[in-house]
Amino acid sequence: MTTALALPSSTTALPSTLRTGLSRGGVELRMFFRDKGAVIFTFSFPAIVLALLGSINDEPGPGSPMSQVLAASMIAYGILSTAFISIGTGIANDREDGTLKRLRGTPVNAGAYFIGKTVLVAVASLAEVALLLAVGVLMFDLELPTDPGRWLTFGWLLALSIVACTLLGIAASGLARTARSAAAVLNLPVLVLQFTSGVFVHISSLPEAMVRVAAFFPVRWMGQGFRSVFLPDSMAAGEVAGSWEHPVTALVLGAWCLIGLVLCLTTFRWTDKRAG
Amino acid sequence: MNAIEVRDLHKHYGSHRAVAGIDLQVREGEVFALLGPNGAGKTTTTEILEGYRQRDNGTVRVLGQDPGTAGRDWRATIGIVLQTATDAAELTVRETIKHFRGYYPNPRAVEDVIDLCGLREKVNARVRSLSGGQRRRVDVALGIIGRPRLLFLDEPTTGFDPEARRQFWDLVRTLSGEGTTILLTTHYLDEAEALADRLAVIAAGRIVAEGTPRTVGGRDRAPATVSWVDGAGPHEVRTTDPIGTVVQLDGRGGISGLQVRQPSLEDIYLDLIGASA
Repeated sequence: MTTALALPSSTTALPSTLRTGLSRGGVELRMFFRDKGAVIFTFSFPAIVLALLGSINDEPGPGSPMSQVLAASMIAYGILSTAFISIGTGIANDREDGTLKRLRGTPVNAGAYFIGKTVLVAVASLAEVALLLAVGVLMFDLELPTDPGRWLTFGWLLALSIVACTLLGIAASGLARTARSAAAVLNLPVLVLQFTSGVFVHISSLPEAMVRVAAFFPVRWMGQGFRSVFLPDSMAAGEVAGSWEHPVTALVLGAWCLIGLVLCLTTFRWTDKRAG
Repeated sequence: MNAIEVRDLHKHYGSHRAVAGIDLQVREGEVFALLGPNGAGKTTTTEILEGYRQRDNGTVRVLGQDPGTAGRDWRATIGIVLQTATDAAELTVRETIKHFRGYYPNPRAVEDVIDLCGLREKVNARVRSLSGGQRRRVDVALGIIGRPRLLFLDEPTTGFDPEARRQFWDLVRTLSGEGTTILLTTHYLDEAEALADRLAVIAAGRIVAEGTPRTVGGRDRAPATVSWVDGAGPHEVRTTDPIGTVVQLDGRGGISGLQVRQPSLEDIYLDLIGASA
């Protein structure tokens, strides 16, 4: 081979950030769904918990049965799992196994890396929500709404929830010292917030102080929002304010998107500095 | 133009001076080996050249640019073979190489790289299932897929069996023959001797010797060892005039097991490291 063939000509343009990012999204998805651990513990876990809790609380009562309330609320758990937890542990892993270091040595920039993560989160979250709805419909006779207005609510709620959880997951990935501890570190707030935000238990049965604190965090509003989409309006009486509070929900989730973005921009790093 | 140009490089971590004033020039097209014990500053120096670490002081130019501030275009012209990555576990070998190919403006062909790196039999295996040596070949494949002008090889043959090491040396010679500049760090002195046009020995954050494998540390002028056995038993002398010694012995007769040894690169290296420690 000649030297001319071996040296890159400076006229060839680099692949765009978007193209590289979408290509990364493809391999991120492949790696996620091929990893049995991720599929069982991150992806299937919320559906398993829903099937169990729903079966335990399946007695008919006034209004919607508790199993349907759970099915609606636990869409929040699904998003926390595929956005917050999987992105947080995923980045901690990427930092530890050399993915980020390797990418740092190629023309891939942070933008392309995050486009890849966004593709992963979007596809995994949609699949997760579809799985949870299927469990709700097939096991607990949850009725899918026919009113387009409710699907519109579902749309913005889903988008804001995914964006907020993903950004917070990216920021939280830096808190864990190792990839192994990341799962534990990220699961703790997820479990605590779900109990205090009325996802696992009905919000009307929680102490008032707990509800007030939980109102500062996104999980409370995600659960309430998804209940507003899939439960009849008569069920709004059981909520804290006696109504669905859509404007407040949008405001709180929007605020968490901003907080998450600021935290990401200030804390993200390619490698673990502590690793020397 | 020099591919790498370093003047008075300094880097410390707290009070520890990892790099204490290094000057280094690597010419375009050259295979340059960086030798030194663990903790001598090799990795810190390489990581500064690769753009992973910021320096405290000194000037650094790699392919004409400052790695601390260079952008995507510059990264497309270098290739880095990492030492400890375990990423992409769930992808197959071919998928991984194909994916990385998409990062570069003027990459090599996937199948060429598979053959060059000896990965043909493993193309459809998941990266997770590979042995350590096979994993390193994938690392090398990802380092060269972008057709780099400058390739960083950080202890590339660790975990290779002797046959795989010889194959890897051939690959390095092929790349070098195509005009790729190569900066090699290694613990294997036979590897440095086989591959490097020039080399430098780093100890305690400084370069203690620099030259070709034949001349570094005064190797070409160092005394040779002449050993033989006669009626009185084995003898060994170190001399700068081995031919003269052999001629003298020739007059005596009754000599067997005659050997003349020039100091090996390892002898020179250990002297250099010992002297600076």
